[in-house]
Amino acid sequence: MKIIILGAGQVGVSVAESLVSEQNDITVVDIDAARLRVLHDRLDLRTVLGSASHPSVLSEAGADDADLLIAVTQSDETNLVACKLAARMFNVPRRIARIRATDFLDDEKVLGPEGFDVDLSICPEQVLTDYIVKLVEFPEALQVLDFAAGQVSLVGVRAYQGGPLVGRQLKDIRRHIPNVDTRVVAIFRQDRPIVPDGDTVIEKGDEVFCLAPAKNIRQVMRELRRMDRPVRRVMIAGGGNIGLRLARALEKDYSVRVVEHNKRRCEVLAAKVSDALVLNGDATDEELLEQENIGEMDLFVAVTNNDENNIMSSLLAKRMGARRVVALINRRSYVDLLQSGEIDIAISPAQATIGKLLAHVRRGDIVAVHSLRRGAAEALEAVVHGDRESCRLTGRRIEEIDLPAGTTIGALVRNNEVVMAHHDTKIEAEDHVIVFVTDKKTLPKVERLFQVGARFL
Amino acid sequence: MHRFVVVVNLLGAMVVIFALNMFLPLGLSLYLADGAESAYDTAIAVTLVAGAVAWLATRGAERELQARDGFLLVTLAWTVLPAFATLPLLSYIPNLSFTDAYFETMAGLTTTGATVLVGLDHLPPSINMWRCQLQWLGGMGILILVVAILPLLGVGGRQVLRAETPGPMKDTKLTPRITGTAKGLWFVYGLFTLACILAMHWAGMTWLDAVMHAFTTMSTGGFSSYDASFGHWNSPAIEVVTIIFMTIAGINFATHFQVLRKRSLNPYRLDVEARAFISMLCASILGLAVFLYAKGTYPDLLTAIRYTAFNVVSVATSTGYANSDFGVWPLFAPLWMLFLASFASCSGSTGGGIKMMRAILMFKQAFRELARIVHPRAYVPVKLAGHPIENNIIFAVLAYMLVYGSTISIITMLLTATGVDLVTAFSAVVACINNLGPGLGQVGPAGNYAWLSDFQAWLLVSAMLLGRLELLTVLVLFTPAFWRK
Repeated sequence: MKIIILGAGQVGVSVAESLVSEQNDITVVDIDAARLRVLHDRLDLRTVLGSASHPSVLSEAGADDADLLIAVTQSDETNLVACKLAARMFNVPRRIARIRATDFLDDEKVLGPEGFDVDLSICPEQVLTDYIVKLVEFPEALQVLDFAAGQVSLVGVRAYQGGPLVGRQLKDIRRHIPNVDTRVVAIFRQDRPIVPDGDTVIEKGDEVFCLAPAKNIRQVMRELRRMDRPVRRVMIAGGGNIGLRLARALEKDYSVRVVEHNKRRCEVLAAKVSDALVLNGDATDEELLEQENIGEMDLFVAVTNNDENNIMSSLLAKRMGARRVVALINRRSYVDLLQSGEIDIAISPAQATIGKLLAHVRRGDIVAVHSLRRGAAEALEAVVHGDRESCRLTGRRIEEIDLPAGTTIGALVRNNEVVMAHHDTKIEAEDHVIVFVTDKKTLPKVERLFQVGARFL
Repeated sequence: MHRFVVVVNLLGAMVVIFALNMFLPLGLSLYLADGAESAYDTAIAVTLVAGAVAWLATRGAERELQARDGFLLVTLAWTVLPAFATLPLLSYIPNLSFTDAYFETMAGLTTTGATVLVGLDHLPPSINMWRCQLQWLGGMGILILVVAILPLLGVGGRQVLRAETPGPMKDTKLTPRITGTAKGLWFVYGLFTLACILAMHWAGMTWLDAVMHAFTTMSTGGFSSYDASFGHWNSPAIEVVTIIFMTIAGINFATHFQVLRKRSLNPYRLDVEARAFISMLCASILGLAVFLYAKGTYPDLLTAIRYTAFNVVSVATSTGYANSDFGVWPLFAPLWMLFLASFASCSGSTGGGIKMMRAILMFKQAFRELARIVHPRAYVPVKLAGHPIENNIIFAVLAYMLVYGSTISIITMLLTATGVDLVTAFSAVVACINNLGPGLGQVGPAGNYAWLSDFQAWLLVSAMLLGRLELLTVLVLFTPAFWRK
């Protein structure tokens, strides 16, 4: 597939990274030559220097025969204009734009064909905010993902001593919580994936990923670890785009404090939040943390744009008594360093945010793609089409399907009802299937499963 | 000096316009043959000539009014026009001193409604009409009227508008052009007055009474053509109508304007001030009704509610009508009402006092300081309807409160120095500076201001003027910096 990516910022680069590895022709456009050079040296792609909204630049980037345009520059306006130009002048079939301002999203005419012709708008900050809000709602979870419009959740939990199911076989889960239909789709033990079956014993320290109806998540988690008291006080370090969105999302239900070092930005923040308290200072300032009772905080979230600051402030907060700390970390090497250390959850923004975008790039009718464990694994939701003849899934029982190694079918959603997958569950056309892939290399094979053969067409 | 010429020129034009207003009572007098016709001939002649001379003599010097000149023009207009307004009173009522007449017309134009006249019932209708008409003109602001009908003020017109519109944030322009805003405000004011006239007539007043009382209701003035004020009718229907229109007059006219333009009641709901104003009124009415009932002032709760509703709304909006002598109520009730009069009305309304907006800002500022004690590093902006208020507005409000408080103390002390008792002195000053009218003690609803000595009268006249123009407009003229080139 020929893909043009406009903007070589954090999002642009991470999108380029994940797509390059999937055999695509990628052209990246940016106005910063130095940035492009770094990118060009590191990845196998083409770069074009220039303003992303200029027709000549788009033409030079090969918009004429591009299959997909991904506009992720800093500016909403540039992204919108680029999408419009791509649609009208170059007939690029699919256009994705990063839109931060919700104003553009209020009326669908703005992004519709008579407007700016954007097929999909994404807002990475909002995705991250939703991600963190979920962690506030489920403080015990490592990650919570929604599928099928929020009906099914995939939750990652670390098993602790004291959870009723720890030290037992998976098939016991049915006896423990007979009224809940849940399925363990993967276990990571010392960072190695295990494809679980009924006889697998859960050990303490395992990262267990379970699928369950959204309403039963808490019950399932209770089997694996002792439940904490719910979160009431949250401190957010960094009042940037994410910090602000997070504060606004949380301030109604929790007591929220935002620490921001820039005075100007503090004023802006204070104007935009209603209940959250905006504090001026450095999140690594011990005195400030002490003054604001860091020891009483249920959750400390470090979301500045500086990895080192996020790491240091969350380590400090943890040392000073914050119950749980979450840090946003861009560099993958740092994430791997810290994941099982003192920082409870390290979030890699790139991995967390590009899932929705990747869903659009993939073949087959894929509804959602979520990265798990910093991109090592993926969970995807796809729709099955065709019949027994044209598709390798339709009309077959799960045990009949030739799945690549490390891949599990977790659940189906049929006519808005959740069906947990068992070996004898039969897949039908139009089912939403939730698949868990522990090895990314097998992804193309999985995608091919969902493609409908020629005979069907 | 040059500056002065422009101001005199505009003032002349304004006096001419003011003279034209006297034709209304003249016409009424001729129509009813009430015997006061001759009072207006000279008044109109003198006013017209004086205005025309000032205007024509300074014609050559026309130039755009500068921002600073606005303050001078406003203050001069508000001192000169009441003087001309005294002419009909002086020529009709024998033995009326200029001081008393000026007190009466100043109380009229500033919508204070304090009166030195006794036996209002026996005055010719046209004289009463003139008093009420003065309040109506002063209610929305006579200079705003001039801005609306004469485009001669230019950019300085905005300054005039700012000086005459009460409230801490004066730059809510309803239309792009300043004359459009002025027209809009007067249009809304006129429309509500018309509605008030019809409603009052429907409730049982004669047309003449309805017009006069609509004039003094919408301007929250409080003049009446009867010594007994609303006790004259003793009619719940009239009282209800009056309560409704007094409340309307106590809300920002810019909000009314938005409501009429958008044809939706949403602006009222979004107006923080209006909401606070209405809830304050309701809470006070219920609270005081229960208090008076408990104290045995009224035999049953419903009667108590009727009297507290009318008097509380009347006093809180700084109108100053009365349908019973609230001076004889247990002291807490009238004190609370005076307290309400000091801040209940919304900015941009015709009511007096420091305005609900300033009260809200002060309240929030106090909370902000408390929050800062607990969280020394916190940024806590003062917000209204989700929007942060700039610090310089808060400082201006603080300064205003300080000046307001000291002005009240100084004038009260001067009054007590002349031998007035403290309750009377204090309540008279509060009633005048808030453009309310009746106070407590000798100046209570049952009393009046007729007993004032000349010195006392002038003190209260200055209080009324300071209150109507929100102190700083007037006081700035006394700073040396204002006169420096």
